[in-house]
Amino acid sequence: MATANPTMFQASDLNQHNERVQRRYQLLFGLMTLLLITPVLLILGTLVVKGGGAISWEFLLTAPTDGMRTGGVFPALLGTIWLVTVALLLSVPIGVFAAIYLSEYAGDNWFTRMINLAIINLAGVPSIVHALFGLGAFVLFFRFGTSILAASLTLAVMTMPVVIVATRESLQAVPQAFREACWNMGATRWQTIRRVVLPNSITGILTGVILEVSRTAGETAPIMFTGAVFFTPFLPQSVFDQTMALSLHLFVAATQVPGMAEEIPFGVALVLIALVLTMNSVSIAFRMWLRGKKKW
Amino acid sequence: MGTSTQALSNRATDARVTEDFDRRDFDWYVDKLVAGLVFVCGISAILFVLGIFFFVTKEGIGFVFEKMDFREFFLTPYWSPSDAEDPEYGILALMAGTASVTGLAMLVAVPFSLGAAIFIAEFASGKTREVLKVLVELLAAIPSVVWGFIGLVIMNPLLIKWFDIPVGLCVLNAGIILGLMAAPIMTSIAEDALKAVPDRYREAAEAMGATRWQVIYKVVLPAAKNGLLGGVLLGVGRGFGETMAVLMATGHAVNIPNSVFDSVRALTATIAAELGEAVVGGEHYQVLFTIGIFLFLVTFIINLSADLIVRGIRKG
Repeated sequence: MATANPTMFQASDLNQHNERVQRRYQLLFGLMTLLLITPVLLILGTLVVKGGGAISWEFLLTAPTDGMRTGGVFPALLGTIWLVTVALLLSVPIGVFAAIYLSEYAGDNWFTRMINLAIINLAGVPSIVHALFGLGAFVLFFRFGTSILAASLTLAVMTMPVVIVATRESLQAVPQAFREACWNMGATRWQTIRRVVLPNSITGILTGVILEVSRTAGETAPIMFTGAVFFTPFLPQSVFDQTMALSLHLFVAATQVPGMAEEIPFGVALVLIALVLTMNSVSIAFRMWLRGKKKW
Repeated sequence: MGTSTQALSNRATDARVTEDFDRRDFDWYVDKLVAGLVFVCGISAILFVLGIFFFVTKEGIGFVFEKMDFREFFLTPYWSPSDAEDPEYGILALMAGTASVTGLAMLVAVPFSLGAAIFIAEFASGKTREVLKVLVELLAAIPSVVWGFIGLVIMNPLLIKWFDIPVGLCVLNAGIILGLMAAPIMTSIAEDALKAVPDRYREAAEAMGATRWQVIYKVVLPAAKNGLLGGVLLGVGRGFGETMAVLMATGHAVNIPNSVFDSVRALTATIAAELGEAVVGGEHYQVLFTIGIFLFLVTFIINLSADLIVRGIRKG
């Protein structure tokens, strides 16, 4: 507001112009953020509305019937649990130890950079290339056949970066003074890690593990040719059996089965999304609780 | 880990093994054993990447050396692998499919995710920022097969209705889906890059009387430039390698697109759709692995450049 007699405390025209520009951009970016998030929320809402009707205990706990046109998702749900469990049994120990190496042993040199680059690549290689690797290595070369073991190994290799990155972060968040105090008592490096570093970072590591459960459960391409099948009337008895999986079941239900009631694929999608997002929310909530609790 | 840790720990080790105070007891051996084990796990990521390259190459190399004509493979658009008499393996149309979908996805995702990142990192505060960050993180978690399903059953009828086209599974559909998929990841990387700009830069500019937008535009964005570019590159890599969503939303027709309403087929989707029917060790099977080698090399280069660019700023 320019008056006839401006004082030095009043905003000049230039300042006002700047303020306007600033508000305009804030609005623009705010709108962009909304535009990014709203459609996805709308889509998720649609899934809930259309798939909600299909969800029941019966849907979760019975097998598909009538050529998959009716019935539930139990074998797929159970298969996903198998795949995720075996994959985690393999990737969590290796991933945590790899993170311990990077955080506690590795120096800041070209070799460590190579490892970091490899981790980025492991996460960045297309999932279908992981599938080719799983087929070539685990199914054919190591002769595991198309089995839960081969599929879980493929998933483990693919999702290991999640555990490594989360674990490394929480290990590095432990103050250096804690380690030094322990070394000065005469403890070895491993004793220090086991008694001081790990207990102080275990919750952060768990956050990463939960996140990996969510990633592993949603993957489809890597298991298509390594262990998951479109349909099998048998439930898996051991890691050498084939299995159905929730993610692949959604693909099959959406594309391969003509004449399926529309709400079944929506129901499958809803179960998968609920599983993944619940795991993620737990992980996020855990992280926030942790941040509030931090003692140092 | 800084060098100070290293120096300290070396000193500790030295002290432990001096001759008059030798403590090579059980714990000492456990320590050495664990150090070895941890090292093996540490290099496992390198071993796995080499393993991926080795095994994918092993299955596909037969075709590359014996039958592959590089010109025909990369420069012809004819893909008919199941033709019994004269199968043709030209991936030009498949590359065009991947490129058009990824390109459109980036047109959607780059401006929106940069805008969202700037809003979250620089404008929003307190609860708003926390909520937005959590939402973005949750969006990034939606599995790709669910995105493909959305393209198939939600976008498809919508596009048919809006644009009056016969089939809604096309470049536009897959591009939007892929853009929505890549945006959350790019938003969080871009936001990290903006957060990495030291606050004293902002404070110095604000002390000169700059408005917040001037600070962002003239100071923060230039300082975060490389991190943002790295984020965009990683997004390109994601789009390029995405499989299930493009398999379900592109229409899967071998075609060099003339408009965004044409159906196309992507490299990744081709492998996913055809590997099941290819005879192990046969020519078709080897060609699919050859595409895999190509995908591996391209994403490797993209990831490597993203890493180099991001590191570039950290040093400079």
